[in-house]
Amino acid sequence: MSLRLRSTTPTGEQAREALRGKPAAEHRPSENVAKPEGEIAFSISDLNLWYGTFQALTNVGLDIPRQQVTALIGPSGCGKSTLIRCLNRMNDLIPGVTIEGNVTYRDADIYGSDVDPVEVRRRIGMVFQKPNPFPKSIYDNVAFGARVNGFRGNLDDLVESSLQRAALWDEVKDDLKKSGLALSGGQQQRLCIARALANNPDVILMDEPCSALDPIATLKIEDLMRELATDYTIVVVTHNMQQAARVSDYTAFMLTDEEITGQLIEYAPTETMFTQPADERTEDYISGRFG
Amino acid sequence: MALANSPEGADLARALRKRPFRRPGENLIQVALLLCAVVSIATTFAIIYVLFSDAIGFFREVSFWHFFNPGNEWQALIDPRTFGVWELVVGTVNVTLWSMVIALPLGLAAAIYLSEYAHAQTRRFLKPLLELLAGVPTVVYAYFALTFISDDILLPLLGGRISFFNSLSASIMLGVMILPIIASVSEDAMASVPRDLREAAYGLGATRLEVAFRVVFPAAISGIVAAVLLAIARVIGETMIVAVAAGSNPSLSFSPLETIQTMTGFMLQVALGDAARGTTDYTSLFAVGALLFLMTFVLNVGAQIVVRRFREAYE
Repeated sequence: MSLRLRSTTPTGEQAREALRGKPAAEHRPSENVAKPEGEIAFSISDLNLWYGTFQALTNVGLDIPRQQVTALIGPSGCGKSTLIRCLNRMNDLIPGVTIEGNVTYRDADIYGSDVDPVEVRRRIGMVFQKPNPFPKSIYDNVAFGARVNGFRGNLDDLVESSLQRAALWDEVKDDLKKSGLALSGGQQQRLCIARALANNPDVILMDEPCSALDPIATLKIEDLMRELATDYTIVVVTHNMQQAARVSDYTAFMLTDEEITGQLIEYAPTETMFTQPADERTEDYISGRFG
Repeated sequence: MALANSPEGADLARALRKRPFRRPGENLIQVALLLCAVVSIATTFAIIYVLFSDAIGFFREVSFWHFFNPGNEWQALIDPRTFGVWELVVGTVNVTLWSMVIALPLGLAAAIYLSEYAHAQTRRFLKPLLELLAGVPTVVYAYFALTFISDDILLPLLGGRISFFNSLSASIMLGVMILPIIASVSEDAMASVPRDLREAAYGLGATRLEVAFRVVFPAAISGIVAAVLLAIARVIGETMIVAVAAGSNPSLSFSPLETIQTMTGFMLQVALGDAARGTTDYTSLFAVGALLFLMTFVLNVGAQIVVRRFREAYE
């Protein structure tokens, strides 16, 4: 087992000191973690994360398959957003974060000491909970990534094809100069997806992409996720169990209990998870008994 | 069962009725606050009235054309008197220009550093330190500019190419004076750009510098322009530094190496001299003051129009 420590501030060191010997350190990873078939995109093992002295992830380990949709579910505060943000080193931006453990993307260690997080984020795109288009035109929103990454092709074509893949082109093709903020919430979120697609990433991480949207907009995004999964690896955090059941191939259930924050309880093909959960707590959660 | 203190019917209607003098303290405070507001507004209007009424007195003696003719020199206090105001306006523009050349890049760089790069603890320590610069009395700056910047640094460095009283030393000092305004107000504007937007840009593979210049800067531009305007207004209105360090020799020159006189510098000179009330020497003070007022006013209005056009509103 290889353990790696990355500490952004002295508080990370103090966090480890303070937590040494607590139950979290003795936590055993869950046994109900399936090994997906086929190619693996992310391989996560022994992942621990602290915000200052607060431990948010405890011994998380799972493999995320390529070109499939993987859903992370669980009640609020279970660490699912924290986990997804580890996959493109988004947590690096938060002061006082300490990350320990292994995350590899197609066998490359993304937390390696010689890895540039900017390069990681170019290949692993992200869509956020609240639609966050830049206060720029629709065109400039989609072209943003290409511009900062020194794209040398035809920008107009890239913008068009990205908007088409995000199923937004027909609605906005006549006013690409309009501000991205003038769109409806659902359109804004698809604009954010188009913006991520324009970078030509391998993976799209979606952190509760529908939680701010109405049911019809939600349905459109879900259809889009299924479509995109033929070309991209998709990881989606969701509060909504029906959504996980509808769109995902694999589902991971996370939980924070009295003693251990941010643990992985169960990971299985979605169908198995929702029909024959192995852990009692998973069953309680998916049948709506808590959360 | 109804509660004992909850009346019904006509009693309830009476209980709910307005009673204007029930809380006299409340009314008193309201009147006092209104008076405070009125005092500041009335003072402003009184200043404008005095400024323009005396300026009108000036223009009874001296024609508009003479005042604004770029061919005329500004020689208000000794005969033959000529009142070509452009020399003073150019003097003011001269120090404004050079002080902005110094303070704008430094101030914006400081703001970007504080808002995008510095750790929270560093920022908590550095920002008040920077703002301390704003608390130095300008007369201290003025003599520092003359004795240290001009005499000890610029003269040995540039030799005969620069006058003892020069616009550059004043501009450098003004630049230092307004640095905290530009840095601090811009930093406030940049810090209030939502984290969402930064995360979106980082998520697309932008570097810190790209996030600062392509996302945060355009979204904060209205606040940044406000900071720059505030700084320009301070420079245009600043008197002590320019009067002491830049000299009192009006000139149509934009060169930083020469002796000049600004509008405020002249106004101080008149105020310290023995110009009698009602003379043209005296009223020229108000003509220059009124023009100064109009300049800052136009600057403010113009900048607001520009900002409204170009800002990237994020809400």
